[in-house]
Amino acid sequence: MRHIISVLMENEPGALSRVVGLFSQRGYNIESLTVAATEDPTLSRMTVTTKGDDTVIEQITKQLNKLIDVVKLVDLTEGAHIERELILIKIKATGAQRAEVKRTSDIFRGQIVDVTPSMYTVQLTGSSDKLDAFIEAIGTQAILEVVRSGVSGIARGERVLSI
Amino acid sequence: MEQLSGGEMIMRALRDEGVKLVFGYPGGAVLHIYDAFYRQSDVEHILVRHEQAGVHAADGYARATGEVGVALVTSGPGATNAITGIATAYMDSIPLVVISGNVATHLIGSDAFQETDMIGCSRPIVKHSFLVRSIEEIPEIMKKAFHIARTGRPGPVVVDVPKDMTAPAEKRPFVYPETVKLRSYTPAMKGHAGQVRKAVELLLDAKRPVIYAGGGVILGDASDELRAISRHLGYPVTNTLMGLGAYPGTDPQFIGMLGMHGFYEANQAMHQADVIFAVGARFDDRVTNNPKKFCPNARIIHIDIDPASIQKTVRHIEVPLVGPVKAVLADMIDVLKQTPDTSDKEALASWWATINGWRDQHGLWTGDRYQRGEKIMPQDVIKTLYEVTAGDAFICSDVGQHQMFAAQYYKYDHPRRWINSGGLGTMGFGLPAAMGVQLAHPGATVAVVTGEGSIQMCIEELSTCTQYNMPIKIINLNNAALGMVKQWQDMQYGGRYAASTYQDSLPDFVKLAEAYGHVGMKVTNPADLKASMEAAFALKDRLVFMDIVVDPDEHVYPMHIATGSMKDMLLSKTERT
Repeated sequence: MRHIISVLMENEPGALSRVVGLFSQRGYNIESLTVAATEDPTLSRMTVTTKGDDTVIEQITKQLNKLIDVVKLVDLTEGAHIERELILIKIKATGAQRAEVKRTSDIFRGQIVDVTPSMYTVQLTGSSDKLDAFIEAIGTQAILEVVRSGVSGIARGERVLSI
Repeated sequence: MEQLSGGEMIMRALRDEGVKLVFGYPGGAVLHIYDAFYRQSDVEHILVRHEQAGVHAADGYARATGEVGVALVTSGPGATNAITGIATAYMDSIPLVVISGNVATHLIGSDAFQETDMIGCSRPIVKHSFLVRSIEEIPEIMKKAFHIARTGRPGPVVVDVPKDMTAPAEKRPFVYPETVKLRSYTPAMKGHAGQVRKAVELLLDAKRPVIYAGGGVILGDASDELRAISRHLGYPVTNTLMGLGAYPGTDPQFIGMLGMHGFYEANQAMHQADVIFAVGARFDDRVTNNPKKFCPNARIIHIDIDPASIQKTVRHIEVPLVGPVKAVLADMIDVLKQTPDTSDKEALASWWATINGWRDQHGLWTGDRYQRGEKIMPQDVIKTLYEVTAGDAFICSDVGQHQMFAAQYYKYDHPRRWINSGGLGTMGFGLPAAMGVQLAHPGATVAVVTGEGSIQMCIEELSTCTQYNMPIKIINLNNAALGMVKQWQDMQYGGRYAASTYQDSLPDFVKLAEAYGHVGMKVTNPADLKASMEAAFALKDRLVFMDIVVDPDEHVYPMHIATGSMKDMLLSKTERT
């Protein structure tokens, strides 16, 4: 099953490599990973999406917690949560296709952020599923380039991940 | 405020941590530190002959004393040579601080001479590591390094020090911190009271209990508590390879080592148990055999300081208990004393009768489990070693058949007497580890049990032993082959000995020992074994290398049948369960 794990860790050089190293060392897979400093510059917040059965996910969270640089973590998928991913996508847009791309982008609530006579660059935010659906709707024929940010997530309601 | 260079800060930090010995090897990147070493007298330096051995020696010192072992190596090859030693300590949770030099900060990343990314190389095999980025942070880094190494589940910590951080002219204020601030690191100090009560209830409910105690009992200094609770309950106790000595080997409640080469009665008892009390043990694959078939009827209590060890391989843990074994066992003893003894004495008596039946049937100590011929049997060497040393030696082992024989046939009555590389299985560990043990306990009898394969992996340390007058006794079980490899080739590869023999290329170990200034002895006749060994151990102030030619065809038994359960064992070349 897919899990989204949010990790609060020391904003130190080398901390990220310890987390990434742990995943490769123990054979866990990373579907996506995002990391940046928080409002407290001494802390980074990382979101990892991973897949595994209960045994694997239990080990991932325990092993992450063992890393000295990891301050706190939560498996967001254990409760209600919001997940968002950003995509920037360059799409061929000529002739009749040009209007169609615009329409599809509007349906998905994407924004066209760059234009040339032959292409659009669309920015779109949402769950990973929604971004997958958009890519499918556009079709690989028309796609020139895709860049995805990886998932960021946060719990719904009062629950917060902080120290 | 006192002004010190980075090199001086490191020395002062070592002194303030109570470090007496550092095992090391100099080189360009650590020369400033070595100069600071030279100009102080609180900490002694032991010059090894290879950095791997330096880390093993620090490791042996740590295992024998419970203190943090310290090694100092230079950048590049010095650092990479230390890797095997660090990995060995990591797998067995041994507290070490390894200080490695690095090239000067401005050269990092430029492929400079003797540059290696030590933080990167060591990352998967350290508990934590630090790269020194400013001279000012050295005191705090050293404090944190020792704190992390020795607390919680212990482990090795690397401190990587670029050369410019230790320059003699660069002085900075030095105050060694009294306390450590680490918001992200708070090891458990106590077990959960509710879980402690549940554990006691389950223990008292047992009809066929086994106490399964591992290396965590030794690391956590909890042997007294283990003995107290075991005696209170009267339950059988088995130790893992790493746990030997945690419970006295000569105690009637001890049913031997368990696992791949464990005692018949211990493995049978585990498989038939209704309650297993795992104390500081991690359900390693060399213990459990196939974890899916592991002890199907057992309700399991598991104490461990490391939450990640709980339910890692064996999933049906009924009462997990995270905390230091010493504190948790003490709490359990308190609860037990306040609880009416509702344990089923009749069931326990019948359980002991069953275990004693297994022991009489196939126990290692019931008659001889092996045939004697004209050659010396390796098992007899260990039995003789036990007699000659009156069971009171520190036994440092290498890795292979001799290690298993030493685990099976020497009875360890005290913790920290059996020193071996259990997790990583590092050949070459024995001799350098013994140096650390001997320096920690200068008057003690220290023996290395090794084979002609393992000993050649760090044999250069015979020179270190000469320099520092270490009267270690080396018991070389010479079967002229990589015995454990050969055993598997006999069992699984039709006796095709791929790369496990040396074709008469072995050195004359007697002459070799003598070349280093030691005493060499060769023993080939079983009739001479005891007298020779007595003669060797009578030479109190000399290193003696006993090259003992043993039966080359002997296998280690019992042995788990792969993919089977705990109870599935080969008992000899012809018998199986």
